[in-house]
Amino acid sequence: MSDDLLSPTATLEPEQPEVLGEENTRRRMTLNMGPQHPSTHGVLRVVLELDGETVMKATPDIGFLHTGIEKQCEAEKWHQVVPLTDRVDYLANLNNNLTYALAVEKLLGMTDAIPPMAQWMRVMLCELQRINSHCVWLGTHALDIGAMTVFFYCFREREDILRIFEMFSGQRLMTSYIRIGGLALEPPRGWDTAVRKFIDAFSEKVDQYEELLDQNPIWKRRTQGVGGMPIQQMIDWGITGPMLRGAGIKWDIRKSEPYSSYDKFDFEVPTHTENDVYSRYRIRLEEMRQSARIVKQALEGMPSGAWSAEAPKVVLPERERMKTQMEALIYHFKIVTEGVRVPAGEVYQCTESPRGEIGYYIVSDGSTRPHRVFMRTPSFGNLQALGPMIEGCLIADTIAAMGSMDFVLGDVDR
Amino acid sequence: MISEQVRQDFATAAAIEDRNSSWITGGTVHAGQLALYVDRVSIVEVCRFLKDQFQYRLSGITGVDWYPLEPRFEVVYLLHSIERNERLRLKCKVAGDDPYIESLCSVWEGANWYERETFDLFGVQFRNHPNLTRIMMPEGWEGHPLRKDFPVHGHRYSYSDEGNVL
Repeated sequence: MSDDLLSPTATLEPEQPEVLGEENTRRRMTLNMGPQHPSTHGVLRVVLELDGETVMKATPDIGFLHTGIEKQCEAEKWHQVVPLTDRVDYLANLNNNLTYALAVEKLLGMTDAIPPMAQWMRVMLCELQRINSHCVWLGTHALDIGAMTVFFYCFREREDILRIFEMFSGQRLMTSYIRIGGLALEPPRGWDTAVRKFIDAFSEKVDQYEELLDQNPIWKRRTQGVGGMPIQQMIDWGITGPMLRGAGIKWDIRKSEPYSSYDKFDFEVPTHTENDVYSRYRIRLEEMRQSARIVKQALEGMPSGAWSAEAPKVVLPERERMKTQMEALIYHFKIVTEGVRVPAGEVYQCTESPRGEIGYYIVSDGSTRPHRVFMRTPSFGNLQALGPMIEGCLIADTIAAMGSMDFVLGDVDR
Repeated sequence: MISEQVRQDFATAAAIEDRNSSWITGGTVHAGQLALYVDRVSIVEVCRFLKDQFQYRLSGITGVDWYPLEPRFEVVYLLHSIERNERLRLKCKVAGDDPYIESLCSVWEGANWYERETFDLFGVQFRNHPNLTRIMMPEGWEGHPLRKDFPVHGHRYSYSDEGNVL
């Protein structure tokens, strides 16, 4: 065909319209959404089988971002795994740091040795991270549905949070600030002023998002009654986090299995029963308010004292001590060259990430490197349910339903 | 067989054993977390019992490679019950020469991707799985990366159309 067209004598004859029989008029079309589609927020391919505008079948195809982090973890020393956990979910890196640190601390039997100041600081930073993640989610989700302004508002606040992270760790995204045994560095001078300034202004900012979207007729039409799924089916498919709470299940790991002194904080677990995209939006908005509440409490009651555990065989000594004390120098040398020996055993530690249940299943064989690190990531479980969730939806609703899942592809593929 | 102490501390473990004493072949408690060894032929029955009786949900499935020991693989099931606020870990030993186990997709649909991932990265076959194909690695990939005899670096893979040239 193409050869003919290139020859000078070729003429373009109008193609005869194909005559379709009755059985062929409702032919299905297969459409590849992604891997480079703006609303998949990463490299996700969804194979959609369409009947007109209706999605008959949706098959997510993942693995484009698989980096073999779990394999790499087995090749690193226990301390060296922390920066890898950052790269799993780049919108919840502190939550990943925390989960890994808690798991290894459990294996080491030093959970009770973590000083209160480090625990509270971990909680505060993880809640700032939750606000950050929800801001990114809200901005991009609204942008997908056509509300552009919200994006700028949300990223304005995100920028403030990233500046706070930079202040703490020197990094905006890959903070690696939570380490085995405590924190990586002493909290910087003036951190409380910076956090207070942000958090005092923040509740007003959430009101702004709410004003932009809450009663917006287009937003409501696009989100209400969209993306529902029977609750038992959601649980069977492995959905966790805000999506389950949007279906009326009051389950939050911060409450049910409190870690890192979350039980000392006063906060609510918001739930809605509508089980649609709109209710998930409401849940996340209220979670931002609750997170701000936790951050405020952490600011008020931040205990003073050490920021990492008194465990010379596990925690690197302070720089100054390392240079002046023989013993600290020896421990420093041992930890850096040989690594920490973690007693043989296995542990599963889960925390509540902005997306749901994040769990690290870690097996140690008693050596200086993990034998196995399995990351149970919330996005993987949530994304799996995409197929059954959007079957029967209109193609436009697919975007809204996918956005409401709030997955991060790095978190899915690892 | 589980000890009297475990039976007292973990009501679920006692309930499983009371239902069928041949299901559990052993168990460990580490850091207050219970892990039960289950014979691989009865894993579907045990999980169905846990789901129907205690509303357990599947949190994840993964594997552990104990190369060069035999039986080489452990397939690990991370279970959780929201109602009872309780976690349980089931483990099945799977031999290295013919690694297979029954699929849990008939109990929890969500087992689908976790089993595909375990198959992809460890090479454990899940019988009666609706679509047991690679999920993380490219289709033409040779070997299973999370096996201990698979190198961390130095594995050569060609992304050309001619397939995997070693």
